[in-house]
Parts: sequence; C-alpha cells; structure tokens
Amino acid sequence: MDSAPEITFDGRADVDGAALFAPLALRLEAGQWTCLLGGSGVGKSTILRLIAGLETGVRFSGRIAASDGAPVARRVAYMAQDDLLLPWASVERNIGLGARLRGERQDRARLMDLLDRVRLREHLGKRPAELSGGQRQRVALARTLMEDKPVILLDEPFSALDARTRADMQDLAAELLSGRTVLLVTHDPAEAARLGHAINVMTPAGLTQVSPPDAPAPRHVDDPETLGAQGALMRLLRAEAA
Amino acid sequence: MKYGAALIATVFALLLWQAVVLLTGLPRFILPGPAVVAEAWWSNRAVIAEHTLVTALEVLIGLLLGAALGVVTAIQLATSRLARVLVQPMLVFTQALPVFALAPILTLWMGYGLWSKVAMAVLIIYFPVTSAFFDGLMRTPRGYLDLAQTMQAGKRSVLWHIRVPAALPSLASGLRLAAVYAPIGAVIGEWVGASRGLGYLMLLANGRAKTDLMFAAMLTLGVFSVLLHLAVRRATMRMAGEH
Ligand SMILES: Nc1ncnc2c1ncn2[C@@H]1O[C@H](COP(=O)(O)OP(=O)(O)OP(=O)(O)O)[C@@H](O)[C@H]1O
Ligand SMILES: [Mg+2]
Repeated sequence: MDSAPEITFDGRADVDGAALFAPLALRLEAGQWTCLLGGSGVGKSTILRLIAGLETGVRFSGRIAASDGAPVARRVAYMAQDDLLLPWASVERNIGLGARLRGERQDRARLMDLLDRVRLREHLGKRPAELSGGQRQRVALARTLMEDKPVILLDEPFSALDARTRADMQDLAAELLSGRTVLLVTHDPAEAARLGHAINVMTPAGLTQVSPPDAPAPRHVDDPETLGAQGALMRLLRAEAA
Repeated sequence: MKYGAALIATVFALLLWQAVVLLTGLPRFILPGPAVVAEAWWSNRAVIAEHTLVTALEVLIGLLLGAALGVVTAIQLATSRLARVLVQPMLVFTQALPVFALAPILTLWMGYGLWSKVAMAVLIIYFPVTSAFFDGLMRTPRGYLDLAQTMQAGKRSVLWHIRVPAALPSLASGLRLAAVYAPIGAVIGEWVGASRGLGYLMLLANGRAKTDLMFAAMLTLGVFSVLLHLAVRRATMRMAGEH
C-alpha cells in the first residue's frame, strides 16, 4: 500500500436542478477515521460515492483531491451495508475477487493471512449463504483489506449487525484499517463516538464538526467520555431533524 | 414422498380414464382404454422405440443448438448497444410470428429429414433462452458493478466474473422452459412433413384408425418430455443456485 493521503471534498450537489446539499468542505485526515453522520437522504452516501468515482444521479460541482495530487478514485476500497458477497463464490474467491477482476496473480499467502486475521480460515471453502451476518461482514472486510488501498470508504458497513457483533466488527476494523484514511458513513452516534478521529454531522445547510472523545480509538463501549460524546451527538442529530 | 405422490396421481388418472371409457361406452377406435393402449404399446414397442429415438435426437440437437445460439445472442445483446438497436426488434417480431406458420417453409428449405425438425426446435426455444439470459445479464445487482468498478475491473472481466454468473439462474429458467418447448417444435416439424419420428407415427396411426397406437405414441412423447424436463432441471440445479 502507498502511504495514506489526506482527501478533501469541496463542492455542492444538485438533483434535478434543486440543491441536495449546499457547498461544503469535508476533510479526511491522512491515516485517520472520519465519521459522517446525518439524517436519511441528506447525501452522505452521495459524498462517499462521489469520492469513489461511482455513479450518483446528482450533478456535482466542485473538486475532490488528494494531498499528494494523485487521482483519488483509483486508490479507494469500498464497503457497504450490503456485504456484496458473490453468492456463487466461496469465501476464498470472494476475498480474492479484486485480483481476479484485474486478471492479476492471486497473492495466496496474503489472502490466507487475512483469513486468519478475520478468523475465518476454517470457513474458506464455504459459500456466503452458509455464514452468519457477522461472518459475512468479516469476509467483506477481508476483501476490502485484500485490495490494500490507502483510502477506505465505508457506507454503514455494520448497521445490519446485532449489537455485540457490531462492537466486535468495529474493534476488528479499527485494528486492521489503522494507518489508512477512512471515511465512515454511519447512522449510529455510538459508532461515531467509538471510532472517529473526526466527527461530522451533515445537514442540507452544511457540516457541523463535533470534537471526538480524547481517548484513542477504538474507545471502550462503556468509556464515560465516549458515552457522553454519543449522547451529545444524539442530541445534535435530533435537534437538526427538528 | 414426491415420487409417491406422482405414482398416486398416475394411478388416479388411469382409473379416471378407464371410468370414462366404461361409462361412455365409446368404441375403441374413438377412445381406447388404458389396457388397450398398453397392449398396443407393447406389441408395437420396436416401432415406437425406433421413432422415439428419431424424435429424441431431433429434440436434443435442437436443444443444444438453440441454447448455444440463445446464449451467444444474449451476450451480444447485453454487451453491444448497436446489437440491441439492430437485433432486438427483429427478435420480438419473429416471436410474434406463430412458429407453426414457418414449419412448411422450413420443410421446403431443409427437406423431410432431421434438420427441418431440429430447426423447428431451435426456433421455438431460441427466444425464451435468449430473453431469459439477456434479462438476467441486464439485471446485475448495482452493488456488484460498483464494487467491480472500485476494483478497476475491465468490461470483459465484469462480464465473465460478475454479470454472467449473476445471470445463470435466469439462464437456468430459460433452459427449463426450452426443455418443455423443444419436443413441441420437433413434433410440429414431423407433422408437416416427415417419414420418421413420434409425430409422424401419431399421424400415421391416426390415418389408419389405429387410435390405440396413436395414444401409445402420444403417451410415449409425454413421458419423454417429462423425463427431459426433469433431466434439464437436474442439470441446471447448480446453475440456478439450488443445492
Ligand atoms: N440516482 C439518483 N437519482 C436521483 N436522485 C437520487 C439518486 N441517488 C440519490 N438521490 C437522491 O439524493 C439524496 C441523497 O441520497 P443519499 O443516498 O446520498 O442519502 P444518504 O444520506 O446516504 O441517506 P441514508 O442515510 O438513508 O443512506 C436522496 O434524497 C435521493 O433521493
Ligand atoms: Mg446512505
């Protein structure tokens, strides 16, 4: 992996001539987790998809750039709420999908190492349908890591999981993605409070920065300061909605 | 359990048939009973087997060719806008023509032998296979395509590694439909002009008032079609994602 750049997103988006969000500036610090919260339909996924270079159905005007000047879209790995595992392929083949799609040789040693790190080695021959929701999301995480990209875009990756599995996945992701520039779109104030090095709340009017707890991420689920930050975020989100 | 139910249904149908024959008292050259048909089947078994073989060959070749053509066409349509513009309307139009109407022309062009029947079978299954597979290829879940794009996949590799495998269940349902249609195509071809095959045998028996033989041939065709359907179903189970 090349060293993780800082990413700046600067601009506005229109849908059918009407503004989806006003001009806003979002900075993803190099090697850090930036969390993006906000009401449904406010444009969080749109921002993430614009950074990934994916189709969005909005008209974007502005710029998306990396601190090192190199193009952004080619250096991102993408993970969404829907794990997007190919149902016909084994765990192993799902994790190795990127190399197969690019016609590259598979780095099997790395794949096996990643399987160990997401604790799925004994499941490598299984199909996604034979796995639990948490295991599937771990496969998706391994596939994301297999890409070995410096920028990681996560769109509510853990929101379909039960509370315990979600906390486990947050710890695992924080550990395995450390040192990369991460954008995490989430609905969950607790998640943002646990994982964010920077936390942004998005409204149609723009972004509000919220200072994260001082403890290093991932923070304990019962850390008082983290719980306090979670509460403050919740209050802010509800106030924005009102 | 499934086989048990099939057996019970078969016995029931035979009893019903026999009951209709007994109650109406129709003569055997109008409606022969099951026992009479079984007897006709047994005494003509060599002839029936020979004609079944001919029809089976037509159907199998037709199925293979039609499926291959359908698969190739669907991939062409799915990957080329030009192909969609030029070919799709033609496909729909040929589908609007009754295939029966083409049978005499095919016989004129290709003769009384095997190939005019193969062509009928191909024609009748080409559209269902093509359209089922094409629909599947065009309905690749958006998320997979996004993922592939972030992985810098080329068009071809998205086709082979994502779109085609994601469309295989649709292709499987097209092929299952084809297995039902193909025998119909072949038999229509035989009715229009042939000297062999179950369709020919049915016409011949009918013309000579050998109604029992005609029923025997018809039931043989039915059993063959059901077996073919089951075989194709089995063969496409993996494709359909049923394990
Ligand atoms: N392809 C499209 N065509 C038209 N409008 C679109 C399209 N995609 C998204 N939108 C609109 O853009 C807005 C923002 O969508 P987006 O998915 O970014 O919201 P979000 O903040 O991620 O919401 P959620 O939290 O529910 O995921 C929505 O109101 C949606 O109607
Ligand atoms: Mg979203």
